Amino acid sequence: MDIMGLIINVLLFASPLIIVAMGGLFSERSGVVNIGLEGLMIVGAFVTTATSLILQDMGLSFLVSVLIGIGLSVIAGAVFSLIHAYASISLRANQTISGIALNMLALGFTMYLTQIIFQGKETESIGIGQNAASFLIPGLKDIPVIGGLFDWRVMLVAVVVVVTWYVIYKRPFGLRLRACGEHPGAADSMGINVAKMRYQAVMISGMLAAVGGALQMLAFAGKFAPYTINGAGFMALAILVFGQWRPFSVMTAGLFFGLLRVIGVTGNSLFPGVPIPEQVYFALPYIFVVVALVLFSRNAMAPKALGIPYDKSSR
Amino acid sequence: MDKLIARINWRKVLIPMLSILSAFVIGALIIIASGRNPIEAFGALFSGVFGNQYYMGEWLFRTVPIILTGLAVAFAFRTGLFNIGAPGQLAIGGLVAVIIGIHVELPALLHTTLMIVAGGAAGFVWGFIPGILKARYRVHEVVVSIMLNYTALYLVNYWILNFIPNPMNPAQSMAMQSTATLKVPFFTEILAFLFPNSRINFGIFIAIIACIVFSFIINKTTFGYELRAVGLNPSGAQYAGMKVNRNIALSMAIAGVFAGVAGAIYMISLGKIDVEQGLTGYYAIGFDGIAVALLGNSTGVGVFFSALLLGGLKAGAASMQAFAQVPAEIVEIISSLILLFVASGYLFERFADQWTLKRIKKQRQQKVEVSK
Repeated sequence: MDIMGLIINVLLFASPLIIVAMGGLFSERSGVVNIGLEGLMIVGAFVTTATSLILQDMGLSFLVSVLIGIGLSVIAGAVFSLIHAYASISLRANQTISGIALNMLALGFTMYLTQIIFQGKETESIGIGQNAASFLIPGLKDIPVIGGLFDWRVMLVAVVVVVTWYVIYKRPFGLRLRACGEHPGAADSMGINVAKMRYQAVMISGMLAAVGGALQMLAFAGKFAPYTINGAGFMALAILVFGQWRPFSVMTAGLFFGLLRVIGVTGNSLFPGVPIPEQVYFALPYIFVVVALVLFSRNAMAPKALGIPYDKSSR
Repeated sequence: MDKLIARINWRKVLIPMLSILSAFVIGALIIIASGRNPIEAFGALFSGVFGNQYYMGEWLFRTVPIILTGLAVAFAFRTGLFNIGAPGQLAIGGLVAVIIGIHVELPALLHTTLMIVAGGAAGFVWGFIPGILKARYRVHEVVVSIMLNYTALYLVNYWILNFIPNPMNPAQSMAMQSTATLKVPFFTEILAFLFPNSRINFGIFIAIIACIVFSFIINKTTFGYELRAVGLNPSGAQYAGMKVNRNIALSMAIAGVFAGVAGAIYMISLGKIDVEQGLTGYYAIGFDGIAVALLGNSTGVGVFFSALLLGGLKAGAASMQAFAQVPAEIVEIISSLILLFVASGYLFERFADQWTLKRIKKQRQQKVEVSK
């Protein structure tokens, strides 16, 4: 395989995971664990698929229908993440349990709707095969060799990473957000509304995760089925931890894990002749995360108040 | 009888009850919104569980693995640990059991016993990893367990596809020896008499024994006492001279044994292990354990009855889809809502507190009246 093709494949695989991990970064930096990323991705993938199919039936073009679908999935993701926010922030539920419940609820609910609306366990394909080129940016895509890189999905994710870094480190909002994740009591005493900050953070994570779910669907299955997301949300969580909750490290981790995955899928193009089964490449990212956690354990970067509900009265 | 009623902790009973009720109400609303009849749907669900002896046998059959994964989550809960790794422990336990079922030749009962013991041992190892990492390096057990779930998934899939593929369908393992069965003489006859034609087997007795063992370890042994102490207050337990780190590691490992046994029993019952897609197949049983443990307040008895409820939902879902045209996924929605509501117990706590207060006041008044 040529290097350019490899790079494009890695980008296509990694970009949904990176944008979801950025969502998780907002939530976790504010002190709320979000295991529910998987469920939020499922919601995003479902809303985008359903919208696109219905609008295409009404005569809209593929690209327009997908864009409207992604727009609606952002709203759906924000609304759905409110369940997690309300349970874990206002009702002080265990954040891990609330996230797992969100995952189960998302899969159950979207599959229920799929059967009601589309009368089957999965939807039909939204037609990516014949429209793959519509994701490339006109004009730029004709540049020789690197033209394939100008895919607006990849561009979108790159922009989100830069904006995340800017917001988290350079804006007052980011400073307050991090304060809520490190020491909510101190943040509260400085007049920051911890609950409000955390609500906003969880909703941002819901929006980004929903877009990630849509991108994941566009990059692989091309339709909605129980296996459309298939653990990508947990993979994003792994990337977030491996990248130690820092935007650019998370992006790098995403690209690295994407590379491993692509090598696994395309066979041993990197080490021809060495019989390494694809499952090893699939499992390696997860093993790396465990090893990294142990190595980093002395000076872990995890937000100090991660997973602890904030109780004003115990300040 | 009055004494018994007075001893019940109403708060602990009311919150799960209200959670179940609320989840069913929302489920009914969703059914109405999609243009179906909820009474018809829940009626079909009910008769899909209690309709005849066959259905009841299938209900118990589906409950068995959920009881065991529920215990796996509950055991770690009592030590203040969150065992989200039950899916991986179940898969590894099932794989090891199936490997022994294929390659080892032994007399019938001995063979099955070895498979279950080996499955439990595999679960022990898979649970011990997050436990020891938590104890040694303070690494969060939730993250490690999630990573190990996926590592287990790919390991299991690799093993099936490369070493024990079924020639007819490579996504399944090949057939096991005929001695690898849970059809235990005498018990099989009783079960066949009670629940004709259903898949229910000796596994249900193992699950009940596991509940008893769970309650015994937690409530009646020094080890269990230490585990609970570590769960309630690690620093206090350390100060009292308990080995906190050892208890953390062992608690996760023993939790893994329950899940490993669940995997072994499940795979022996099905006679094979499948290539897992993740979250949609048998991994769901591991996640169901979380709902069961929480709903059952992490006690042996509680887990048993909550597993019956969730198992019932799953068993009745097919009839509901067939006779009321309500997609079976509604039971996934209801069980996830139950989990969400139980986790958000604070919502009902205020309500329950008010109710308990009223009861106490009433009792006091009665006492005053009697003494007059």
